[in-house]
Amino acid sequence: MKPAPFAYAKARSLDHAIALLDGAPEARILAGGQSLMPALNMRLSTPSLLVDINRVSELSQIAQRNGQLELGALARHAEVELSLLVARLAPLLAMALPHIAHPAIRNRGTVGGSIALADPAAELPACLLALGGEIEIASRAGRRTVAADAFFKGLFETALSPGEIITAIRIPVAQPHDRFGFAELARRHGDYALVGLAAASRAEPRAIRLAYFGVGTTPVRARAAETALARGDINAAVAAVARDLEPSGDVHASAAAKRHLASVLLRRVAAQVIPL
Amino acid sequence: MSDRIDITLTVNGEPVGAEVEPRQNLVDFLREALQLTGSHVGCEHGVCGACTVRVDGVIVRGCLLLAVQCEGCSVETIEGISDAGEIADLQAAFCARNALQCGFCTPGMLLTAQELLLKSNGGAPSRDEIRAHLSGNYCRCTGYQAIVDAVEDVALTRKGAAR
Repeated sequence: MKPAPFAYAKARSLDHAIALLDGAPEARILAGGQSLMPALNMRLSTPSLLVDINRVSELSQIAQRNGQLELGALARHAEVELSLLVARLAPLLAMALPHIAHPAIRNRGTVGGSIALADPAAELPACLLALGGEIEIASRAGRRTVAADAFFKGLFETALSPGEIITAIRIPVAQPHDRFGFAELARRHGDYALVGLAAASRAEPRAIRLAYFGVGTTPVRARAAETALARGDINAAVAAVARDLEPSGDVHASAAAKRHLASVLLRRVAAQVIPL
Repeated sequence: MSDRIDITLTVNGEPVGAEVEPRQNLVDFLREALQLTGSHVGCEHGVCGACTVRVDGVIVRGCLLLAVQCEGCSVETIEGISDAGEIADLQAAFCARNALQCGFCTPGMLLTAQELLLKSNGGAPSRDEIRAHLSGNYCRCTGYQAIVDAVEDVALTRKGAAR
């Protein structure tokens, strides 16, 4: 299908983008467009105005700042995947990126777009949650920062309000004894996950965060399993994950199958984060 | 405000100016305004890869990019890349290996495979790497085996030639 008609405006700067969004509640931000365009083509989304931020170069940075890795909202998946800085400071992202869609889509898709869309089966929202990252947001009212733990509210629902735009995500950089794990099961490489798991084991202070995707309306932390895994008790963690998660079945897998696959992934990821 | 917008871009090395509706996809623009029908329209939601084209040196989905976004860009289609001789070896290998039947997916397959081979920088990607890179391109005829064979042949030949 073809999109319904809409107006198009190209933002020259972040301030210009905010001005274009202000007072246009029916507007959508066009970043990589790799999820928005399908929604437009299928007329699941019919905005009156697209605000194209692709030329806002101030949103493209990949940089280390104040002990954090900062990824601009417009950083493309392919750039993040190949970034040596990301591989060193946030190895979990380097592990996850090859699982995001396909090369042609990673050439366009953006970090900010993936976080803003908040697809519950997507990799980056779960990684940001596992890493204890934060999201920087700008609007006419100024700037604010929201922790990943407070950002994902419901199915495709986030802490973003109309007129707001994600400018960057920030991630605490990996320390020498931190370990990371990632695994997902999909029908075809690059498809959205049936079930996926991103994990971060931090040494100082000692903490493990497990963020599942594809098992709920948002990325979900398995908190009881985190506690068990922090003790090194993998069997207890696997038992706990059945209580942590309440997956719904979908066309690809039943709830019971997802619960089973979640425990399979936990054993795989535990082997990555816990030295055997 | 959904008025038509003037764009100028380069398509296969030639400057192009046109007036487009904001909602027109790049692949529809190429096919309908420029009669470059080598890029195919399959699923229109980014799953099949039949519309793959190169924009500013990297492959993209032609159905997931608006023509109006390509202002100032360099767009290359299968027509230009084929005529330039850049993928003559890949095309020959696809024929030799029976890596196409109906041909609908072939332009996208060729451009996607060429990106992998360029990225590999003289080294030969493994069959697994070839499969992973082509994972976003559907073929409903061949079962992929012959396509992987063809890409692998060219990878090994180019690697040999690079030495």
